[in-house]
Amino acid sequence: MTTEAYNLMRQMQKRRQVQKTIELAIKAVLIASSMVAILTTIGIVASLLLEALRFFDKIPLTDFLFGLEWSPQTAIRADQVGASGLFGVVPLFTGTLLISAIALVVAIPVGLLAAIYLSEYAKPALRNWIKPVLEVLAGIPTVVYGFFAALVVAPWLRGVGESAGFQVSSESALAAGLVMGIMITPLISSLSDDAITAVPQSMRDGSYGLGGTQSETIRNVILPAALPGIMGGILLAASRAIGETMIVVMAAGLAANLTANPFEAVTTVTVQILTLLTGDQEFDSSKTLAAFALGLLLFVTTLILNVFALHLVKKYREQYD
Amino acid sequence: MIKPETISERIELGLAKRYRAEKRFRLYGIVAIGSAVTFLLVMLVAIGVRGAGAFKQTHIELTVVLDEAHVKDNNWQGIIKSSLRKAFPDVKARRERRELNGLVSSGAGFLLQDMVKVSPNLVGQTKTLWLPSSDDVDMVLKGSIDRSKSEGSRRVSNLELKWIDGLVAENKLRLQFNKRFFTGGDSREPEMAGILGALMGSFYSLSVCFLLSFPIGIMAAIYLEEFAPKNRWTDLIEVNINNLAAVPSIVFGLLGMAVFLNMFMLPRSAPLVGGMVLALMTLPTIIIAARAALRAVPPSIREAAFGIGASRVQTVLHHVLPLAMPGMLTGTIIGMAQALGETAPLLMIGMVAFIVDIPTSVLDSATALPVQIYLWADAPERAFSERTAAAIIVLLIFLVTMNLSATILRRTFERRW
Repeated sequence: MTTEAYNLMRQMQKRRQVQKTIELAIKAVLIASSMVAILTTIGIVASLLLEALRFFDKIPLTDFLFGLEWSPQTAIRADQVGASGLFGVVPLFTGTLLISAIALVVAIPVGLLAAIYLSEYAKPALRNWIKPVLEVLAGIPTVVYGFFAALVVAPWLRGVGESAGFQVSSESALAAGLVMGIMITPLISSLSDDAITAVPQSMRDGSYGLGGTQSETIRNVILPAALPGIMGGILLAASRAIGETMIVVMAAGLAANLTANPFEAVTTVTVQILTLLTGDQEFDSSKTLAAFALGLLLFVTTLILNVFALHLVKKYREQYD
Repeated sequence: MIKPETISERIELGLAKRYRAEKRFRLYGIVAIGSAVTFLLVMLVAIGVRGAGAFKQTHIELTVVLDEAHVKDNNWQGIIKSSLRKAFPDVKARRERRELNGLVSSGAGFLLQDMVKVSPNLVGQTKTLWLPSSDDVDMVLKGSIDRSKSEGSRRVSNLELKWIDGLVAENKLRLQFNKRFFTGGDSREPEMAGILGALMGSFYSLSVCFLLSFPIGIMAAIYLEEFAPKNRWTDLIEVNINNLAAVPSIVFGLLGMAVFLNMFMLPRSAPLVGGMVLALMTLPTIIIAARAALRAVPPSIREAAFGIGASRVQTVLHHVLPLAMPGMLTGTIIGMAQALGETAPLLMIGMVAFIVDIPTSVLDSATALPVQIYLWADAPERAFSERTAAAIIVLLIFLVTMNLSATILRRTFERRW
């Protein structure tokens, strides 16, 4: 081997060595980036859990989960009456469920029927127009919905209620729920749309061949086939409704009423987290810690819904792929 | 009715009913879509009508004497008071004088102060200026105050109405473009309040958010799509990212409070922390969009690169990534638009304070545009509700622009392989 060729080979080997190190470094950075998502989850769980555990040192878990009264005002002096405050989460949870239920009552029919019409009946031109409009609904910030609920929908509902002869409080569960229903409609409609379009054409053809009309085909064949995907969408929408903050803060009120009456003011888990933390207090007070306990409750509830919903959607996709 | 005899007769009778059901079902769909679209229109129109007024503000023409004595005492409001007294010489009673002073915004003095600060040679001169009126006068000119109500039940007295009408007749009181709304910070006086402070807060937060989430999101997507082996561990990361995208935003606020504020001791109310929290929230959106963009690049591109001896890293960085970039940018813009509208987590980390000064760095205390909307929506003054709607209009214009540019980007660079 000539020295020239040898040198060239050495040089190439060196370059390859350098490149290998660089590539290893790049790969390490890439792996580290993908870990950020995991770290975020760990961070959420750890911070919620640690603070919540400190809260449960002061307030027993059973009092928190099954207590029927929520009045977190702690007294300034220790000898005052009701110095510890009451941290029963039941009225908050029922308030959250009431508003979410109203939202789903609005969003399920509207979203589902819109998805059916768009995927089965509408001409492509109409579909291309309406789908972006529904996406606009999904893109509007929730604080805008909250403003609309508080300043337009709630006074309007009160006016309607008065003329019909019954009392609607100015901050009612109904106003917040209605507006929230519109907010989550696009979520249901787009996921239902995906589920309906994924049903193979052969199933439709089979139904038409037996003489079914289009609506009979949809009701008896397509909807049952698409049901898991649709359910997944509904569960995701429910989780969104439970975790929604701004609409309820602005339109639903702060009073922790244990009621199923949609015309009354109720409060939700998210509203209480916000009000507990935006005031001025030291970090260790049981009020602040209570917010983290509520956050943990919210996180666990929505996580269960999400895992279940994503599982349904994914499994359903595989079924027809 | 005659009983149907044959099967075909029975089918025919049923057919009409089935067709009616078909029509009804179709109608339900149209009604559903119609109601969603109507709601959107009603909301946009209601906000537009409410907010349009805030882009104009009533101004009052005053001849002010910037005399040295007042300037030295920093008594700017006194200058305005004396010029009002000169304009209305027959108002003598104390109570009436106080009402008269209420015509001009209580922030007008600061405007004089700023003017003199910029050009000190104005001292001693007499100037004719258009100064903002108080919000009550503004509401009268915009027709939001019902004159038919009795004097006691409206915010503006008969005397004030008389002055206002007189000034309007002399063309000394009129609506002008509300420049302060775009150049001012927050204020307790609606006529002095502007959104620039909130806009800058949003700008700084979004900048931090972009600088963190864009590179991290894209690198994570590259790893997961191009390098990661298919095993339990990567499955876990994938499930984790999908779930993270659905975690309520307020929980991210709690995370930011516990980790960034209490553990890392970062400053409260700072856009830096706001941007970090928003980055964690938008990360899943960006990763999911970036992975879809990478998946859309056909394997033949990779194989061609491998074929001429490129390493995996070279293939991805030189060939796959540039082709996937438009899709990734589209996803990022959509993620940024979401972050711009996000309110709850910013409230948790204290970006909700009353801040007059316009922030100049990521460490200054600031609010953000949606937070400003939330704060103003709570204010009792009618003029603030108008400004809330106007701020919403500005926010929506930004969002529409961002989403539109994302759509255009997608349309321009969309490729079918």
